[in-house]
Amino acid sequence: MEKFDVHTGRAVPLRASNVDTDQIIPAVYLKRVSRTGFEDGLFAEWRKSDPDFVLNRPEYQDASVLVAGPDFGTGSSREHAVWALQDHGFRVVLSSRFADIFRGNALKGGLLAVLLPQEVIDRLWEAVEADPATEVTVDLVEREVRSPAANVREPFELDDYTRWRLLEGLDDIALTLRHTDAIGAFESTRKSWLPVTL
Amino acid sequence: MARTMAEKVWEEHVVRRADGEPDLLYIDLHLVHEVTSPQAFEGLRLAGRSVRRPDLTIATEDHNVPTQDLLAPIADPVSRKQVETLRKNCSDFGVRLHPMGDIDQGVVHVVGPQLGLTQPGMTVVCGDSHTSTHGAFGALAFGIGTSQVEHVLATQTLTMAPFKTMSVTVDGTLRPGVSAKDIILAVIAKIGTGGGQGYVIEYRGEVIEALSMEARMTVCNMSIEAGARAGMIAPDQTTFDYIEGRPHAPKGADFDAAVEHWKSLRTDEGAVFDAEVVLDADELSPFVTWGTNPGQGVPLDGSVPDPASYEDPSARAAAEKALAYMDLKAGTPMREVRVDTVFLGSCTNGRIEDLRTAAEIIRGRRVAEGVRMLVVPGSMRVKEQANEEGLGRVFEEAGAEWREAGCSMCLGMNPDQLKPGERSASTSNRNFEGRQGRGGRTHLVSPQVAAATAVRGTLSSPADLVAQ
Repeated sequence: MEKFDVHTGRAVPLRASNVDTDQIIPAVYLKRVSRTGFEDGLFAEWRKSDPDFVLNRPEYQDASVLVAGPDFGTGSSREHAVWALQDHGFRVVLSSRFADIFRGNALKGGLLAVLLPQEVIDRLWEAVEADPATEVTVDLVEREVRSPAANVREPFELDDYTRWRLLEGLDDIALTLRHTDAIGAFESTRKSWLPVTL
Repeated sequence: MARTMAEKVWEEHVVRRADGEPDLLYIDLHLVHEVTSPQAFEGLRLAGRSVRRPDLTIATEDHNVPTQDLLAPIADPVSRKQVETLRKNCSDFGVRLHPMGDIDQGVVHVVGPQLGLTQPGMTVVCGDSHTSTHGAFGALAFGIGTSQVEHVLATQTLTMAPFKTMSVTVDGTLRPGVSAKDIILAVIAKIGTGGGQGYVIEYRGEVIEALSMEARMTVCNMSIEAGARAGMIAPDQTTFDYIEGRPHAPKGADFDAAVEHWKSLRTDEGAVFDAEVVLDADELSPFVTWGTNPGQGVPLDGSVPDPASYEDPSARAAAEKALAYMDLKAGTPMREVRVDTVFLGSCTNGRIEDLRTAAEIIRGRRVAEGVRMLVVPGSMRVKEQANEEGLGRVFEEAGAEWREAGCSMCLGMNPDQLKPGERSASTSNRNFEGRQGRGGRTHLVSPQVAAATAVRGTLSSPADLVAQ
């Protein structure tokens, strides 16, 4: 996984609440067995049906920070939603509320999902709509979002463990496999009547 | 200290706890399907890892599978490749698979309970958000992403951030025609699609205790639509009776020992929930959605709401957008909304009790002219049982299509889809834009409302049929 410390980039204002993962990537794109190349599925329906959709607008083409509305990523657990955002070039999603599974998937995969107060999101929306070249800095080291043009300097919360894992770009499975002995010890205490599938 | 059921199950599964790190939890059962697993198996292959506990893992084919002409190869080459990939992965890694044609094939959340694999107090995960279904047994069950699928395959554990607890108490008496689906749709409309975010919900109260296991699964299934990762119901005699005798249930003295343990899982007297919600069942009526998220619902007796009535600008904008997509006008009585398609099935309402309920309403009647009704059993086992009870014939004689098992039109990954502009009454769980097919419009309903709607062609309750 790519390390994440400080990222500065342009931002896209996505003024919509309850953006579910079916919108982020429709089910038809989930039939693939590969792990990359999902950028064509990102918001595919909205990009097809609405020429004015923000991601269709040339001024937001190179953005890497998505400034989303509340309840972003609801619905299906599909991690393809995270992959599609990353494959398109996003490194960060900002929102005042994320669906649990989406946020978990994002932080596992190195897409920084940052919670900010809606009032800060509103200011970022206004700034990047007024000037699409507005840059937003997301600083994982200091746990802070900065955008002087939007008059934003806002701390955010992220637990120490997740922050450390993202800063180091560590593979979760390798970390857990260090505790194989503990897993084995736990298994020896499991109740004998628990079901097995084979 | 008094603890909730969710806290007890969590504590029983902590493999490792360390300061400043999330708990490492053991996973008792891992359900696998074709859509969210290929990249996980590929990750194992690339890292030279194996599946730690194939004996705690089970796979089936559900999301992509066609629901007719089962013996023909899957026509869509991309779907076919995904199903074939699952078969190869299961064979390579030693995972038991129930493929198309197997009596235990079906929607993964119907298959687990029917095999007796889902039991109280277990941790159950699957790369599918509706894993919350299994919480109906008092299991801690939640959906995970593909990275976590790989993590569980490799280690049989997950690192988990702590959760808060919420009780949803439903007291009173359900009126005739009001079902588990209406309870959960009302809960979602009350707390919103983000209301359960960060929580595990425990459903309690006399109405919940009186529900069958099938109905409890319907309630827990849609916990995710309220934003909660998991929903649970305390195991009781109804639970034990459901499990006893199933293929993977404990037998003899083991069963007695298991029941003793399961009884200890109930939330302690005096345990405190972080949030409490109360619902009066006497006030519930059949519920339908009008919008494009599951929180946008009203009683069937109601009308399409006016976006101007919302004070929150974000909710108002969402309502305006939803009405435009749904092609509905504010103030239209829900009963006047005409549908093209009725879908009865899914992990929410594709179990035998759902089919019985709908068949009882539709028996001796006809599906309305111009309406297509798809009845898709949750598993082949459900289909077999329904046929033995004569339900399949009831549906066919009414003019409905009686299909094979799968996720089908719930998410339209197989050929069962709405066409652009078509409108459905659907017993599934999501009314998102395009969920049932590009440009399709979905109204979420109970099996009772689905059956009555099929007969009348407009959103209806069984009471409307009696009045006819």
